[in-house]
Amino acid sequence: MKTLSRIYIPLIFLLLYAPILVVIIFSFNSAGSLNHFDSFSLHWYKELFSDAKALTALKNSLYLAVVSSLIATLIGTFAAFGISRMKNRHLKTAVMSVTNVPMMNPDIVTGVSMMLLFVAAMSVPFIPIKFGRATMLIAHTTFSLPYVILSILPRFKQMDRSICDAALDLGCTPTSTFFRIELPMVLPGIISGLMLGFTLSLDDFVISHFVSSPDFQTLPLYIYNQTAHEVKYSMYALCSLMVFAILILLFLVNFAGSVGKKKPKTAGGIK
Amino acid sequence: MMKKIISAVFAILLLAAPLMMTSCEKEQSTGDATTLYVYNWGEYISDGTDGSLDVNRAFEEYCRNVLGKNVKVNYSTYSSNEDLYAKLSSGAVSYDVIIPSDYMAARLAAEDLIMDFDPKESIENYKYIDNRFKGLYYDPDEKFSVPYTFGTVGVIYNTKYVPEDDENIGSWALMWDEDYKGNILQFNNPRDAFATAQFYNKTNINSENPDDWRAALDLLVKQKNIVQGYVMDEVFNKMKGGSAAIAPYYAGDFFTMYGDNEDLAFYHPEEGTNVFVDVMCIPSSTKNFDLAKEYINFMLTEEIAVANAEYVCYAWPNTLVKDSEDYIAYMTEEVHPDAISILYDFDMSNMEFFHDLPDDTRLLMNSYWEELKIESNIGAAIYIICIVIVASLVAIFVIRFAIKRRRKYYFDKYSAG
Repeated sequence: MKTLSRIYIPLIFLLLYAPILVVIIFSFNSAGSLNHFDSFSLHWYKELFSDAKALTALKNSLYLAVVSSLIATLIGTFAAFGISRMKNRHLKTAVMSVTNVPMMNPDIVTGVSMMLLFVAAMSVPFIPIKFGRATMLIAHTTFSLPYVILSILPRFKQMDRSICDAALDLGCTPTSTFFRIELPMVLPGIISGLMLGFTLSLDDFVISHFVSSPDFQTLPLYIYNQTAHEVKYSMYALCSLMVFAILILLFLVNFAGSVGKKKPKTAGGIK
Repeated sequence: MMKKIISAVFAILLLAAPLMMTSCEKEQSTGDATTLYVYNWGEYISDGTDGSLDVNRAFEEYCRNVLGKNVKVNYSTYSSNEDLYAKLSSGAVSYDVIIPSDYMAARLAAEDLIMDFDPKESIENYKYIDNRFKGLYYDPDEKFSVPYTFGTVGVIYNTKYVPEDDENIGSWALMWDEDYKGNILQFNNPRDAFATAQFYNKTNINSENPDDWRAALDLLVKQKNIVQGYVMDEVFNKMKGGSAAIAPYYAGDFFTMYGDNEDLAFYHPEEGTNVFVDVMCIPSSTKNFDLAKEYINFMLTEEIAVANAEYVCYAWPNTLVKDSEDYIAYMTEEVHPDAISILYDFDMSNMEFFHDLPDDTRLLMNSYWEELKIESNIGAAIYIICIVIVASLVAIFVIRFAIKRRRKYYFDKYSAG
């Protein structure tokens, strides 16, 4: 029984990570095959960095992830601030449910409805909207917004309101209370929301599939479109690079989370 | 008051941001260059990797030097005809040149999503197209399509497992041969899988008679016991690595596998097989009609067509390619000794196109396909596991409830007493 419980966790991890491991290992294979490992080489990485289309797609993906997560975090922070201050409990629940709808919605519904919205908007005069960068940015910001709100809101709830009251009492204006007291205290939540938005946007395929245009292709779309024929092995290299990038980001998120946990403790200690 | 002003400012900013973004983008794209949007299958053009010719750059240069126009080609790809159809019919984006397969071109034309451009008159190099590929069923009057590539489905087998003197070689029967149990692969999409059975059964692949489909299903069910798996992309790795012996796939893709495993061989089954033609068309939403025609014409010139044919390894319905000595030498020496005969030498009368099936036949096919897939042992196992899990959850719940009640009963009894 004890040995069984000892191998349980490694077994789960093996099952979870086996597919990723295969991709990473074979991205270093000098032969273009999944069946035999010839020798270690960086051939596919070299190929990847000479593939202009893949690099443009990567650039677009990164741009989209950075910009959409920044916008979503900005909007989400204010939204969380507002929601946490709501006095009417019923209104609060209602607003929370509405913000959570896009998160619970299947991606495909969000994607199709976004596409229909943009198609409808195109026919309205004076709205110069065109499928491409702008539609992608709007869509990505929209679907990462509830996740951002959800990761910031608990920070506002946990916050010790008496500190704000003390600041106000000591002559701080409400605006500077927000920037000097509340914002630093919810910062870990904001950072993890930002990271979450970034990874979600980088990952997304379904919604992007509907709102993209040939001018603006992201990496997941680019890889998917290659599947009619054999997927290039340089994509293995790209996938491994992305796994590493996401891994580092996740570490950062968790790091930010653990730093944040300590802060209220010291504040409480002083009190 | 302050609050209201601030929120009003934010609301305006929020609304204005996307508009500003779109207008910025507009300025970027409308330089002096015209953009030509080309939408093609993935990995279906010579794109400059491994020292090949970059066809789209070559077209841009041709426009600059010969036509005196500043043109930028925006080339994007899709992975299935249905993806293409969805994009085009949504009206979200416009393209100038697309390359659908035969049946999809017919459907797009029927729905007026592509336009007539009379290639006979307007495309100078149309005369080089092989006569076998002119006026086919999808475009009998040669109005809206120019063939780009064609391909055939055949049977690929590994000569290490299948001896050369096996009497089933040359026929679909090889895929139903019990001797190769567990080493046969089948298509993982209903249209192609049913077609293999229908050819073997010698019924029409575009039949609207439910009995024909039932018969094909019976054959597939019979084959199921000896099939290793239903695959699409995985076929490359399975056949290259020798973990399967027999698989039906496209002639052009056979060469990719042969490049890694020289034990593989290919034939067109004598009962007949499926042929497809991918054609260049111009969507009705095009904004550069003349340039699109110019692009199509450019794709038919010898240098470009040969570069594409050597890169993609599918068959080219262009007589300039087929007669090019450079091309023949390359295919024979670099790709496969019999490449030319595999790609081009077959009896057209033996070949069948997939037509767009009527809705009720398609529904029937899909339901038969599900029937075939669900009947598997794995499916049954999943159902059993689900039932066991649900049953045990219910049992746990009931037992806990019973224990609780009993506890409460004794508690009440003794505390009262």
